[in-house]
Amino acid sequence: MSDALEVLDQVGRWKADGKGVAVATVIVTWGSSPRPVGSQLGVDDAGNMVGSVSGGCIEGAVVKEALDAIKDGKPRLLDFGVTDEQAWDVGLACGGKVQVFVEKVN
Amino acid sequence: MKAETLAALQDARTRRRAVTLATRLSDAAEALVYRDDARGELAGDAEIIAAARRAMETGKSETVDIAGAKIFLNVYVPPPRLVIVGAVHIAQSLAPMAAMLEFDVTVVDPRGAWATTQRFPGVKVIQDWADEAFQAMGLDGSTAVVTLTHDPKLDDPALESALKSDVFYIGALGSRRTHAKRKERLAEVGITDEMFARVHGPVGLNIGAKSPAEIAVSILGQIIEVRARRLEAMSAPKVAAA
Repeated sequence: MSDALEVLDQVGRWKADGKGVAVATVIVTWGSSPRPVGSQLGVDDAGNMVGSVSGGCIEGAVVKEALDAIKDGKPRLLDFGVTDEQAWDVGLACGGKVQVFVEKVN
Repeated sequence: MKAETLAALQDARTRRRAVTLATRLSDAAEALVYRDDARGELAGDAEIIAAARRAMETGKSETVDIAGAKIFLNVYVPPPRLVIVGAVHIAQSLAPMAAMLEFDVTVVDPRGAWATTQRFPGVKVIQDWADEAFQAMGLDGSTAVVTLTHDPKLDDPALESALKSDVFYIGALGSRRTHAKRKERLAEVGITDEMFARVHGPVGLNIGAKSPAEIAVSILGQIIEVRARRLEAMSAPKVAAA
């Protein structure tokens, strides 16, 4: 979880610079997910990222939702429930499942 | 998340104060829950506060159901500390590597020529005797202590006070022979064999490390292992979330 603190620092700097910012957090995991509960990804309104919520597999989709959250201010709950066929599409090739909460920093 | 919440989380880390951020997933309403205080919109909910404090004890973040609402409890515990006794060559590898692993690093050495911020950029350097420095900083259960000086005058008092605290890891550089002699010396100041068994010596995992950087990796590998096993033992068996 300590890397979450690095994320918060960067998010704080973006916020201080007047940027729109969102934070995505892994809130539930099933099976062999790559990042533990509490792992965070910070996103600014230009799509810059800090931290991670997976091994790099679902970040793209999460950033897209984060940008929407920055625009409309609404929190989002995302499920990445990955079946074998989907695994290579969404990218959790390990077969793990994660639930990610995305919220704007107000 | 509110900007004030973000600032409070950063402040808690600076003060080494544990905090759980409780977030209701339906509307992102929050409470910051400390051991002795709670703030935010959800701070009036006793059930949430109790769950947040339980999570803080195990150090595990989780999502819980409270009165039909999903609440995410994100636990922020202070980062572990590494106190390195001896501002020596190995310490110059160990300190930055430990900082990269997000340890809060302090180097202690009474010798002014060694204990300089120039030799140890970016970490705390205390020019003092270890036992004095330990007293000032207060060793706790999230602290690891490693002695590297090879000099009984410097290492022994450090080990003695570390052994009298509840630090989670103690390591001492030196061969098996050095370690056996160390045990004899410390016995004279009342450190029993049982107490001395807490000291990892020769320090580090046996990976054939030779260079200062390799030795630093072996020490950190051992500290990571000890800490992980301890955290595993503290938390209840994993239950699949519904």
